[in-house]
Formats: sequence, C-alpha cells, structure tokens
Amino acid sequence: MSPRRAPGPKASPQEAPAQERPPAARHHAELLRQMVLIRRFEEQCVELYSAGEIHGFVHLYIGEEAVAVGVNQALAPDDSIVSTYREHGHALVRGIALDSLMAEMYGKSTGCSGGRGGSMHLFDASTRFYGGNAIVGGGLPLAVGLALADRMRGDTRVTACYFGDGAVAEGEFHECLNLAALWQLPVLFCCENNLYAMGTALARAQVQTDLAVRAASYGMPSWPVDGMDVLAVEQAARHAAEAVRGGGGPHFLELRTYRFRAHSMYDPDRYRDKAEIEQWKQRDPIDLLTAHMRDAGELADGDLTALDTEVSAQLTNAIAAARADPLEPVEGLTRFVYSPEPS
Amino acid sequence: MPVLGADMDEGTLLEWLIKPGDEVHKGDVIAVVDTAKSAIEVESFHTGIVERLVIPAGETVPVGTVLAVIRESVPVAAGAAPGPRARPAGGPAAAAPPAPPVTAVAETAARAAPPATPLVRHEAAELGVDLTLVHGTGRGGAITRHDVEQAAAGPRRRRVSPLARRLAAELGVDLDAVTGTGADGAVRAEDVRQAAPAAPPAQATGQPAAPVPEAPRPAAPGKARPAGTSRRPEKAAAMRQAIARLMARSKREIPHYYVSNTVDMGPALDWLRERNRSAEMSARMVPAALLLKAAALAAREVPELNGYWTEEHFVPAPGVHLGVAVSMRGGGLITPAIHDAADLPAAELMGRLRDLVNRARAGRVRGSELTDATITVTNLGDQGVESVTGVIYPPQVALVGFGKITERPWAVRGLLGVRPVIATTLAADHRATDGYTGARFLNVLADLLQRPEEL
Amino acid sequence: MTSAAAEKTTYREAIREALREALRRDDRVFLMGEDVGRYGGCFGVSLGLLEEFGPERIRDTPLSESAFVGAGIGAALGGMRPVVEIMTVNFSLLALDQIMNNAATLLHMSGGQFNVPLVIRMTTGAGRQVAAQHSHSLEGWYAHIPGLRILAPATLEDARGMLWTALEDPDPVLIFEHGSLYNMAGPLPADAGPADIRTAAIRRAGTDITLIAYGGTLGKAVDAADELANAGISAEVVDLRTLRPLDDATILASVRRTHRAVIVDEGWRSGSLAAEVSARIMEQAFYDLDAPVQRVCSAEVPMPYPRHLEDAALPQVADIVTAARQAVG
Repeated sequence: MSPRRAPGPKASPQEAPAQERPPAARHHAELLRQMVLIRRFEEQCVELYSAGEIHGFVHLYIGEEAVAVGVNQALAPDDSIVSTYREHGHALVRGIALDSLMAEMYGKSTGCSGGRGGSMHLFDASTRFYGGNAIVGGGLPLAVGLALADRMRGDTRVTACYFGDGAVAEGEFHECLNLAALWQLPVLFCCENNLYAMGTALARAQVQTDLAVRAASYGMPSWPVDGMDVLAVEQAARHAAEAVRGGGGPHFLELRTYRFRAHSMYDPDRYRDKAEIEQWKQRDPIDLLTAHMRDAGELADGDLTALDTEVSAQLTNAIAAARADPLEPVEGLTRFVYSPEPS
Repeated sequence: MPVLGADMDEGTLLEWLIKPGDEVHKGDVIAVVDTAKSAIEVESFHTGIVERLVIPAGETVPVGTVLAVIRESVPVAAGAAPGPRARPAGGPAAAAPPAPPVTAVAETAARAAPPATPLVRHEAAELGVDLTLVHGTGRGGAITRHDVEQAAAGPRRRRVSPLARRLAAELGVDLDAVTGTGADGAVRAEDVRQAAPAAPPAQATGQPAAPVPEAPRPAAPGKARPAGTSRRPEKAAAMRQAIARLMARSKREIPHYYVSNTVDMGPALDWLRERNRSAEMSARMVPAALLLKAAALAAREVPELNGYWTEEHFVPAPGVHLGVAVSMRGGGLITPAIHDAADLPAAELMGRLRDLVNRARAGRVRGSELTDATITVTNLGDQGVESVTGVIYPPQVALVGFGKITERPWAVRGLLGVRPVIATTLAADHRATDGYTGARFLNVLADLLQRPEEL
Repeated sequence: MTSAAAEKTTYREAIREALREALRRDDRVFLMGEDVGRYGGCFGVSLGLLEEFGPERIRDTPLSESAFVGAGIGAALGGMRPVVEIMTVNFSLLALDQIMNNAATLLHMSGGQFNVPLVIRMTTGAGRQVAAQHSHSLEGWYAHIPGLRILAPATLEDARGMLWTALEDPDPVLIFEHGSLYNMAGPLPADAGPADIRTAAIRRAGTDITLIAYGGTLGKAVDAADELANAGISAEVVDLRTLRPLDDATILASVRRTHRAVIVDEGWRSGSLAAEVSARIMEQAFYDLDAPVQRVCSAEVPMPYPRHLEDAALPQVADIVTAARQAVG
C-alpha cells in the first residue's frame, strides 16, 4: 500500500495562553477550532476546484459545521462512522490527517484512500471511518451491518450514520430504520436535514416533513435538534449516543441545518431564494458560538485572528504537500480489485 | 472476368470481338480486357455458339463476373482446369493461371461433362453460369442447384478454417486443390489431411506457383500506344514494381548457378544467308529464330531445365513453351511464351516471334501467353552486349542468355581464323539441377546450332 | 480427500451440511436472509439450522433486500463472516446497488483498506413455469463486475465444498445455485472437504468437440455428450465452476485439443457469459479452431409461463446436440 502521511494535527485541546482557561472555555475553543478548520478547508476547496486543481464532484459542508463537530463529541475512538459524499467535515473532526485529506482531494497516492476515491470516497481504517458514499441512502445498510456485527459480538460500540433529508425518500432508509429497530442495533442515525435534496426542497418531496416524527414511527427514540447550535447538537448527541451504547437500540436525530453554498461545485443553486440563504446566514454556527463565547468572556480580541492564522498555515502546508506528493503509478491500476493472493 | 494477375480485382471490358450467334472455338480471342496494367486479349476456353453477352463493353466488373454465355455445341472436356473464372481473386493462391499444359492434358483426359440435371442446366443458363466451371458438391460430383447459385453469386472468399489453414501450411498442401466438406464448402482440417500425402503434379499451379502470372505481367509502359486503351502513368511504375518484386524474390529464393559457352555461329549464319537469298522479304529469318529454336530443342532434350520448381521439388513441363524476353518501348520487360516452340518449324517460330513482339509492344498479349513459359530466353544480341547472365523468372528453373554475334579469332582445325561467335549462357536453379546438367544443355545447344538445317 | 464411505445425499442437503459445518467451525459465520430460519429456507436448504444454532446466527430478515445485503456488507466490514441468502437472483436486483456500489468497490475505493469477506447465495434459473419475473439467469451479469467472485456449483462435491472456500476468501463471493439442482441426488463421501473456487473441471473427456457449461446446464451438456457418443462424436464436457474469474487455461486447453466448441448458457444470448467465453476462445485459440464456436443460450424473450414455450426458450439437450453436430460437420 502506498505510504500514508503521518497523522497531522488532530482534534486536541488548544494550549492555554498566559492564563489558565476554565474547562468550558477550553472546550468551546476546541469546538470553535474544529468548525473553523472545516470552514476554511471547504473554502479552500472552492478555490482549488475553481483553479482546476481538484476535480470531480465536491460537496461543501459550509454552514453545517456544527453538526459534525457536535455529534463527534459524543463518539468514542472505536465507534464507527458511515457518512455521505458531503463528508469532509466528518472526516476532519474524526481525526483523519488534514494532509491526508488534502492529498486525497488531489488524487495523490498519499491520500487517505490512496488517491483512489476523491472527495466523495474518504476512508480511514484507523479511525473506523467507513466513507464517503456517493449513493444517497447507500450507507445506511452498511451502518446497520456494522452495528449488527457489534451487537453479535457484544461490543458496546456505536455506529454513527450520517445522511441527508434526501435519503429519507429512498427505500433503504425505511428498510434500515425498520431493521435496526427490529434487531435493536446500536446505530445512531444522524439525519442532516438541510431542507434540500440537491435541487428539491423537502416540502416538495415528503408528505411528512417532520423527519423526527417519520423516524419515530419505526419504533426508535427520535427528536429534532437545532443543527446550527453546536452546543445543542453536542448535548443531543451525547444523550442519544449514551443511550445507544447502553443497549437502548437505535436512535434518530434530525439535525436541522442549512448549507450556505450550492449542492455541489457544479450547482448554480437556482432553486433557492437568496433571501432564505441570507436569513440562515444570520445563524452561522461559527458566529453563534463566537457570540456565545464573547458573552461568556471566553473569547479575547485577536483570538479569532490567531485561530484563522493557525488554520490557514495548516492548510497552506497541506496544499503544498498535496501538490508535491506523487500520483499512483498507472501500473497499479488493477490493484485492490481483489485482495492480494496469500503468498 | 478472368484473373490475369495475382492482385487483379477487377477488369474493364474494352471490346467484344464476338456477338450473339457467332461460333467460337476454344482458343479464339473473344474480347479485350483492360487490367490495371495493360490490355489483354481474352480467349475462349470453349467451343460453341455465343448465346449472349452479359457485360457490355466499357464496363468494369470484379474478377469472376460472368462476361458472356456460350452454349456449347457439344459437351466437351473442360479442357483447362477450372480456370480463373471459377476462382475468386482472393490471394496469391487464387491466381492460378489457365493451367499449364500439364494440367490440361491430364484433365482433358480425365474429365467428363459435369453431371447436372436438366433443371440445374436450365438454372445455370438463366443465371449465366458456366457449368464446366462449377464445382459439384452433389453425389458423384454432380452439380446441384445450390452450386449453381453459389457460382452465380460471384466470387467469394474461400472458406478455410484457421486450423485447416495452419495444417495446410505445415503439410505443404495446396489449399486451392482441396475440396472443402464443411458448411458452404469450407475447408476443414480433415479435408487438408486427406489431401496431404502428395499434391499431384496437376496441382502444381497452386500456391507456390502463384507468382507465375506476376512474372510475365505485361504492365505496359506509360507510352505504349495500342488500340484505344488509356495508359496510365501508374502502369509504368506498377510494372517496374512488379518486376522489382519478382527479381528480388528470384534472387532471394533461387540459388543461381551459371555456365557459359562460346559457340561458332558460322554454320548457322551460312545456312541463313542461303535460305534468305531465296526467300521473300517478309519470310526472311533472323538468327534469333535459330537461337530460339535451338534453345527450345535443347530444352526438350534436357527436360530437367524445362518446368517449374514448386513445393520443394521440380515438376517437368510436358511441352516447351519458350518465354521470350521482350523489352518494351519506354522501359519495362515482358516475357510472353511461344507455345510448343520445340515443335514449330523455325520459319513458323520466326513468324510467331515477330507477331509476339509486335503485340507485346502494343500491349496486346494473351493471358495464356503471359503465364505459360516453361523456360525463358533473353537475347540481347541486338543491344550489343557480348553476353548476358540473367535472373531466372520463378517458378522456372532456367534462363538462357544469348549475346551478340561477333567476329572473333577462332581456332579452326588447328589454324587461326576469324569466326562469328556467340556467347551462350545459362542461369539455372541449383535446387533443380547441377552444373553438369547446365553444361549438358549448353553443349546440346551448341551442337544444334552447328546443324541449322535440322532446326 | 475421501476415505469415508460415500453417503447418498442431495444437492440441497450438501449445501445444508456445508452451512452447518461453517457455522460450527467459525463463530463469525452466520446466515441471514428471508425465511431462512422459521421457514427452513425457501428451498429447504436451511431446514433445522435455526433449531441448532439459534436466532442470532440464523436470522430471518424482513423483505428488505437492499438493507440486509448491505447489512451483510457492513457486518463483514465489522469482522463477521455473514452468509447472506437472497431468495432468488430475481430479487437480488433490489440489492444490486449494495452489491455493485459497495461490496464490489469498497476495497478499491478505499485504496485497499476495507475488504468485504461476504458470501451471498442465490437461487437462479428457470424451468418451473414461474414466468418472467422469477426465471432469470443473471450470473453472466454479475460476472461482468470487477471486485466480485462468482461461483456456480453444479455437482454435489461443489455444493458441499465451495461454501467453505468462499467463506475463507477475503473478497465478496456470490454463489449461484440453480433451482433444478436441489433435488439432484447421488453419493458423496461423508468427509468431503473444501473445493477450490478458481478452476474449471473436465467432467467428461472427449476428443472431437468441447461442450462448455455451468450450473443448471451442466447436466444437459453431459446428456448431450452421451447422445453424441452414440453418433460417434466424442464430446468433452467442461464445467466452468467459477464464472469470475473464468479459468481460461482449462477452457483453452480443451478447445485446443478438440478444435471445436459449443458453449451452453441459460442467460440470454446477446451479451451472455457464453459470448465472453466465445470471445476468449477466438482470441486465444483462433488458429486451433476447425469450426466457428457455437452458443446455445436462452431465447431472448421474457420467460413465458406455459411449459411448451418455456421449454422452447431454454437451452435443451437437443439444441446442444444439434450445435455440436453442426460444428463437427
């Protein structure tokens, strides 16, 4: 297998500056750092894509950062994650090295999927990150299976399964919620409801737009969460994950969020009202947290700038490294179609 | 439309020399066809009454296309082996010439009228198919309706299974001579194995002989001016290319050896002088006639030099068809044959030679003349060289060369004199003969030239 | 491999025994699918297993092909060794996305990080007048997909022995059991062991022509060989056994010896697996062929219900014999 980058900066608490910070402050600072990292990473992707340095489909998480950051707080290192094609944020907070993610965007052999997957297929075995799935709803059965394996072995692990409001229309959603509840599997279903399935508004696709209610009909605890408020997300996720881990069967969170940019880099976003976008931007999760932190006196002047500078530097390094990293030789094309034969 | 060259795919019918109702005999020239290389007279292989002309003059058609229908006056032996008409012009294998006399003799004796019911005959007539050229797949070789329809359908690529083709190459079997028993007459491995033991001499004109038509191809040079045919500049180039290919192949494949002799032409020239004194202008003979006749007779007496090298062995030809190298105006060379030269009186040989040269220079040579030479003579005496050592035209095994007749000091009965002498050379294929044979030939030749009255 | 006395058994029982053995040998193995537990399996294959191994290891699923096949993939990712039973290949289409976009691709997409050691068993084929939606033979379709391994056991030994080898394979293996074979009876040693899953097998040696078949059509090919023998034609019968990858070496060695081939495939003729085999023979044994390669496949119609039409649509012994005689000439 191609050499991987050594793990880079991970989610770790920020060093306290001159004065000791109270745990809450540190915690909030960490949440902020993670959200800013995601935000800047995604903004970089916009630039790089427009410059033609990364290709294919790129689906941006801008606006939804609070969901990935908040839910991740509730997950243990050996829990499993199954995600969608809009998974950059989930991958970053899970701890996949930034450099490795950027290299994957560039299709380089040092990428987390060996360059083979690209934006939509980020995988990492060491953090039990099972992708990165390009078929809407396609990951739910995988999550059910992973949870089934845990259940059969008696492991108290949680499988977090991310999907969007669009997946609720797919047959697999219904099959999987039913099966997970029937067999009481430890799945945390996290529905990132950003109100649009590509170009189709939820109200035009679902008779019942209250997705938490939909899920509840499958016999599992389920409730809506303000997805723009990272603290609310964290609290709900911790509560649900604990229940799942404790054997309470599958749980469902409807995380009500919004993406500030179009569905993907190809999308002209004609189906949304600019006013609506502006309205949601008033509740930018990063702004909400910084406001909260300022109110609590946790945010000093210059902290944000310092954070931005730090994150920028990390990204600049990652991009430089990704640009310089090698491509997989063409001769390797047919590797990994089947497992290598035992020698 | 006959195949008159290995790579001929189509021909243009220039001129009909017959019309419906005419009586034609085997060997009559009935049409003139233009190939890419020259105009060629087409002869009839049958005797009968012309029923109808299928293709009008001026039309270009693929080889194998029926040109005319001749109703045979009597069921005759097929004569020539299935001629080019029955063969698609596919590959070299297909370019079997109207068979050399060997085949004609053998098959004329052996072959009866092709068995076909009246119904089949009628169908053949309707479709304009010459039954003598159709291969019968019915019982006892009978021609079926299907066979007729196949023949009428025109030329088709011969069906040979990959395995059969490979086997044929390995076993040295001539595919053209193999009857296919597979679907639609496909040749399969078993058919090849059946044919394998030895390709009979009659089949000698198959694959390896393919180049024969190439050898004497009369690609006329760009400037020759014959009857109304358009000469394209490409023809000269094409002719040169054909010659080049052939000569290169000859040198590549044939291990040549050479013997030469200087012959006293005194007796011959004396005899000629006497004879010409009392002959008419038009009947005057030139030394070349004697040389050719002597060469032909010598070839008959040394048959190891008269015939073809095919499939790793020599096949002697029953008759001597003397190929004569004729240079063309504007460059190029063809070597048409004088059939049965050894049997012709020298005077007649003379006439034939003259006619041949004229026609050759006019680009009007018959197909059979192009393909039938069994040994070739090149006479560059009038060009003034003393001797010529040539390149054999495969699949022939010998080339006789004559230089110019010059006066040289000569020992005559122990005294020094001056005699007209000629250098005779023989280039021969060492696979077929050794120097001993070559020497014998030249000795016989020399001997014959001392007795011109017997030529 | 066999010293124990041969016992009379059936194809169905052989598979059941294979399942039983796997469940006993390895705790990670479990069976999941519709009606595999209480019902004993639609075709009776898993009769008695629920009682022996319990509901955790013999799992009845709802009619949710996509979910339970995907769950099988997920469980395999999570370290188990599931055997997923899709009742028939006809219903597998509902799970095609999981099979093609997940099972077959995860290893490649993840750059080699995640392999999927999953076994899927499906019943396939026609012949019981169950009409168009229940009579498909899609082995050829699945054999088209890189990342999957496709097996077609046609004998008792293979029914018994292929499952374990498939379970040991680190990659997804699909096993197609032709519905007409479940009742096939014969002797099988009690200790019959694992069968290899990489090679084709010569079931009948011959010299004049090679008949290539697999699964449900193998028996017809053997019958055709018998008939041909009576006509003086010695037919060699090759059982493909593995459809992806195809065992080129065995196929070609046979055709190079006999110089003629007829391929029997219950799939629809155009774009069939037989077409692939034929192409390979043409590519690699062209100069050894004495006749065009023939195919005997299903007529390109949705399978009709009435017996006479179904029979006409399916490859039959007579069709194989005719094709062989045509090739031999």
